[in-house]
Amino acid sequence: MKRSTLLVLLSLLLALFLVACGGGGTTTEPAAQPTTGATAPEAPAAATCTDAIGCVEIAAGDPILLASSLVISGPNTELGLDSQYGVEIAIALRGEIMGHSITLQPEDDGCSAEGGQTSAQKIVSNPQIVAMIGTSCSGAGVPAAKIISDAGYAMVSPSNTSPSLTDPAQHQPGYLRTAHNDEVQGAAMAEFAYNELGIRKAAAIHDGDPYTEGLASVFSDAFKALGGEMVAFEAEAADATNVEPLLTSVATAGPEFIYLPVFIPLGSLIVNTASDIDSLSGVILAGADGIQSPSFLANTSGTSEEMYASGPDLSFSNAFYTDTFLPLYREKAGGDPTAPFHAHAFDATNMVLDAIEKVAQQGADGSLLIGRQALRDALFATSGLEGITGTITCNANGDCADPKISVSQVQSGEFARIWP
Amino acid sequence: MSPRFKEIDFIGVFLWLFRAVIIVLVIYGTVAKLFLGVGNTYSASTWLDFFISGLSQGSLYALIALGYTMVYGVLFMINFAHGEFFMSGAVTSTVLVATYLSASGFLDSNPLLGLLLITAVSILTAIGISLLTERIAYRPLRRAPRLVPLITAIGASFFWQYFFRGLFGSALIPFPVPAVLQGRISIFGLEFLRTRVVVMATTVLALIFLSLFIQRTKTGKAIRAVAEDKDVAALMGINVDRTISITFAIGASMAGIAGVLWGLVFRQVHFYMGFVPGIKAFTAAVFGGIGSIPGAALGGLLLGVIEAVGPPLFLEGLGLTGAHQLKDVIAFTMLVLVLIFRPQGLIGEKLAEKKA
Amino acid sequence: MTQTANFGKAVRIGLIAGVVALSVSAIGMVQSFDVRDIITGVLTLGQLLLFGAALLAGYFSWQKGEGVAPLGVVLRGLTAGLLTAVPVIALIFLTIAWPGIRTSFVNVSPALIEILTFGQEPVTGSLILLAVMGVLGVLGAAFDMLPQRIQKPLLYGLLWTLCIGLLSEILLLILRPYAPRGLLSFLFGAKGITPVTAVLIFILATVGSAWWAAQGQGAMQQRRATMSPSTATQLRRLNIGLLIIFILMLPIIMGTYLTEVANIVGTFILMGLGLNIVVGFAGLLDLGYVAFFAIGAYVMGLLTTEGHLGIGGLSFWTALPFSVLAATTAGIILGIPVLRMRGDYLAIVTLGFGEIIRVLVVSDLLKPYIGGAQGILQIGRPQIGSFVFVQPQHFYYLILAGCLLAAFVSWRFRDARLGRQWMALREDEDVAEAMGIRLVSTKLMAFATGAAFSGLAGAIFAARLSSIFPHSFNLLISINVLSLIIVGGLGSLPGVVVGALVLVGLPELLREFAEYRMLLYGALLIVTMLLRPEGLWPSPIRRRELHEAEEMAHRHDDELEEASSLA
Repeated sequence: MKRSTLLVLLSLLLALFLVACGGGGTTTEPAAQPTTGATAPEAPAAATCTDAIGCVEIAAGDPILLASSLVISGPNTELGLDSQYGVEIAIALRGEIMGHSITLQPEDDGCSAEGGQTSAQKIVSNPQIVAMIGTSCSGAGVPAAKIISDAGYAMVSPSNTSPSLTDPAQHQPGYLRTAHNDEVQGAAMAEFAYNELGIRKAAAIHDGDPYTEGLASVFSDAFKALGGEMVAFEAEAADATNVEPLLTSVATAGPEFIYLPVFIPLGSLIVNTASDIDSLSGVILAGADGIQSPSFLANTSGTSEEMYASGPDLSFSNAFYTDTFLPLYREKAGGDPTAPFHAHAFDATNMVLDAIEKVAQQGADGSLLIGRQALRDALFATSGLEGITGTITCNANGDCADPKISVSQVQSGEFARIWP
Repeated sequence: MSPRFKEIDFIGVFLWLFRAVIIVLVIYGTVAKLFLGVGNTYSASTWLDFFISGLSQGSLYALIALGYTMVYGVLFMINFAHGEFFMSGAVTSTVLVATYLSASGFLDSNPLLGLLLITAVSILTAIGISLLTERIAYRPLRRAPRLVPLITAIGASFFWQYFFRGLFGSALIPFPVPAVLQGRISIFGLEFLRTRVVVMATTVLALIFLSLFIQRTKTGKAIRAVAEDKDVAALMGINVDRTISITFAIGASMAGIAGVLWGLVFRQVHFYMGFVPGIKAFTAAVFGGIGSIPGAALGGLLLGVIEAVGPPLFLEGLGLTGAHQLKDVIAFTMLVLVLIFRPQGLIGEKLAEKKA
Repeated sequence: MTQTANFGKAVRIGLIAGVVALSVSAIGMVQSFDVRDIITGVLTLGQLLLFGAALLAGYFSWQKGEGVAPLGVVLRGLTAGLLTAVPVIALIFLTIAWPGIRTSFVNVSPALIEILTFGQEPVTGSLILLAVMGVLGVLGAAFDMLPQRIQKPLLYGLLWTLCIGLLSEILLLILRPYAPRGLLSFLFGAKGITPVTAVLIFILATVGSAWWAAQGQGAMQQRRATMSPSTATQLRRLNIGLLIIFILMLPIIMGTYLTEVANIVGTFILMGLGLNIVVGFAGLLDLGYVAFFAIGAYVMGLLTTEGHLGIGGLSFWTALPFSVLAATTAGIILGIPVLRMRGDYLAIVTLGFGEIIRVLVVSDLLKPYIGGAQGILQIGRPQIGSFVFVQPQHFYYLILAGCLLAAFVSWRFRDARLGRQWMALREDEDVAEAMGIRLVSTKLMAFATGAAFSGLAGAIFAARLSSIFPHSFNLLISINVLSLIIVGGLGSLPGVVVGALVLVGLPELLREFAEYRMLLYGALLIVTMLLRPEGLWPSPIRRRELHEAEEMAHRHDDELEEASSLA
């Protein structure tokens, strides 16, 4: 009796082992292959996959699945949720592709390396996901880019700006972005300050985030290269509250211009506090695209007047954005945008959707076959796409943002483009 | 027994060394800054600005720290969720009252009445949230091991944060400052920011009111009795549960006041605004001696001043880059230094040994 | 008299449930979760939240065992159910009276109102809502009138169906490589399970649990009782063997993503084991535990990176001892100044230490040496011969080895002289000192061991991500680790594992709750602690102590009540 129970248990175990080993073999191979191997014989009406790194196969009636990995928890939530709304609006406006609806699987990158890694692992474990929009933070983007690329997927980030991500030595083959590389934006602001405004003494403030620190450093280097003097290079915690001592210190160093490429919470805090400090009264303030949004203006009404912000060209002044996009955004979010990157996310999503439209092969039964390498190629070949952040053209390293950085000035409570 | 003495000697030497190094660094930094002219040279009025800014920030810490210290006094627990009481009051009153008062122009024409209304809503919200939290998350666990309510407090903190984010959104919410309070005012020939004066004056008033309340009223005496010994207090006919609730409510109302003042100074509120000030205020409470009300006030003020004056004075003097980024390092090092000298905090009783 | 009092309960419960339903609606959970099917086309998670409130209100609306007549039960359930709907209906009409409500409450959107009113006009919709909730209240109340032997299986059936519906995404992840696609699309909808599956699971679970209650449990117990001691040990060995094989095979069964989750859980188990020594054994409340994790990770990063910050260019295995050593040293250095502090003073100083490390790591001051905000990239991966650890599956075994080592060390220490000294210290420092325990070395030993495990976790973490940034090392990690050891059961080794699974694993698996993850996490912390203050898997000593204390407290309370009634 007992012996027989043991035997049954053992044989069960053996069976489990066999099944698991059989399965294990397929899971460790590149993720795209099981799909083709398992499904191709079942759907004879569909086109067959000839792609080098596999295909996504979408049965008739099934939705096209996209994923996003943006920061939707923690103190940076407003940054990621804002982008997510951009993605959702782009998907809603597209409606469907070749008779297939489009579904978004939102994930959280937590604005951290481990968050990026986990969400990317989750995304590549689902062979139905075509591509990913994300990540929000560069720190999350580094491990995510590796995993996504190794698995044969593609990702387009709306707000990673760290130069290392598209540095040829470290660039991953599945990585693209519609956000501006810090190298471009920081240098543009330095040039504007030095040549257009005639500034010779500048200061920079960042908050210890890779994005803000990167921009501040690039600005500082470029400004010095032009012949200017950096009188202060300071930092403050992103969740700082009392920034008066910091600004008083900076003011004493005598800058004519302060560059603060930080996000909205700290940005509006600094701008509001600066208006109370007499010794800063003649000093010009400038931010980066991190503050270019209506929410910033609402938080600094009056105090941000005449300050500058660098950002994507054409943004926020085209008719589509104000007439179609913003009403949809307000409908969705119940308020004004809380960050600027919804625009980049919208463009990134359209880039992906366009590429899918270009490479998807439709079978006789209505099913779709999307080659992963073909999709990547199509993404990298994106050129002249008119988005709301400008004209999107990708280079070989995945930088797709319009290289023309513009500088706008806050004039009567609105961003008005003044340069170039 | 001789090895043991050796051990203590070694530790003693280490601690003295630690104190000496910190003190030498502080003195060297100060001297270098003030007399050797390392880095920027600040004028006397700039130093005063640093100091006033620190005092005003410290007042806010003090108001929040009161809640920590009072709850600790009666329950011996770290009420981690206290920062969220502060946040709830600030956010709710801003969204539901301040925004509308400002849009209708009422706030500019009747600033005092408007602010009182905002403060009232802020206090009521904070009290409501604190009582709810106490009832659900703390009261059933009064006899549980000490760390258990700490965990429910952490849970409550997360819960309220994201609850209020769900209610009012994740965006930054502007706090309207009445026109009267913008700009500076001249007192005794010195220029002060009006909002800072309001903050300090309100804090002083709130502290006086609170200490009178604790010392003079019957409820105040009940709170002190419960803090001393719950069981004996119950024997004396004091309703312990009710007294504890009142303690929470008082702490929360101070946090509610702090919420509005915070809005006035920083002009923006946010669902995440309670976390960092909560930690800082808790630090301030320990700094002063947890359980002691004057201790919380003193600890808060000192912390604020150290954060504001420390970086330009010691750190810039030492020639370190990014001095202001390191203000938390100074604040916590000072805390360690104080606690090494006086393990019970600046003016705390020797509570720690007996009950902690 | 008692009748009205009982209705009072129904009213109170109904209103509480109503406020809960109103809250989940107003903070946007109902709307966000409405797209998430549990049973495709039948029930969404959003609806479950709303209707679950009414059902539970009905269930709790009457005092059991008071001999309430069936009609009374139905009426109480109805009251509770209807009252649950009232605040929600108030919300519906509020949106009509105040069209600008959304500028204040961002989640009270037209889409939410459409869900609440079933897409009808406000009045019709409210009536439907009222009717549905009333019926659910009655059902909930009536459920308890069923005989116990029907009630339990039904409950299990419902729970199983809901759980599987909720976890369908994960099941799909596991099954996808093995099952044919046709079968999967028959069992699972795009999100959630199909109605057929739901019915199937419900029947299986109900029948199964009914059978178990009627037959299986008895037979099993009988067999256990008649078993000879030698077979009992054999069976135990077999169970342990099966468990080991299961743990070893997990990454193969689970696939990449779930293994990744297991790795995260494992990292936290490793840290939890370390903190368990400091807090659980020695009773030293440490809120800055993340500092050692950071030190371990940064030392590993600096020693093995191929980037410009690299020093030494060591391999993972050579760098590992340095990481652990650095963390241990940091543990001792932190330990010395805080030796004389107790309780909450210790907590705040350790918290401060954690913050100091985090601020220093991100600062411009140390940027030239450790990367500042830009972190450390291109950290070397572990390598054995020509085999490089890349996949989560590879790291799984590395982390597992780390956890086993830490568990072994903890276990040996606990039962050794040192462990007893720690526990004496935890109970009463003064008495412990009087008994001749050397406070200094005992405390420092606890800090050092705890820090060493955390450093090890940090080193593996750095290698696993191959890039580290200062933001990963914030206070929340310390809080998380502390929570998991307390939720698991302070001082208990299996408790650490259970705590990590519940507080780290579950939230990872339920990532689809996205924005509301932390809210649910907070609620989970409160609920677990309320239900099991001693933790999910307490150590036997602690459980005994706690219950003793409880009994004492009860006796005490009674005395007090007597006293106060006298006064």
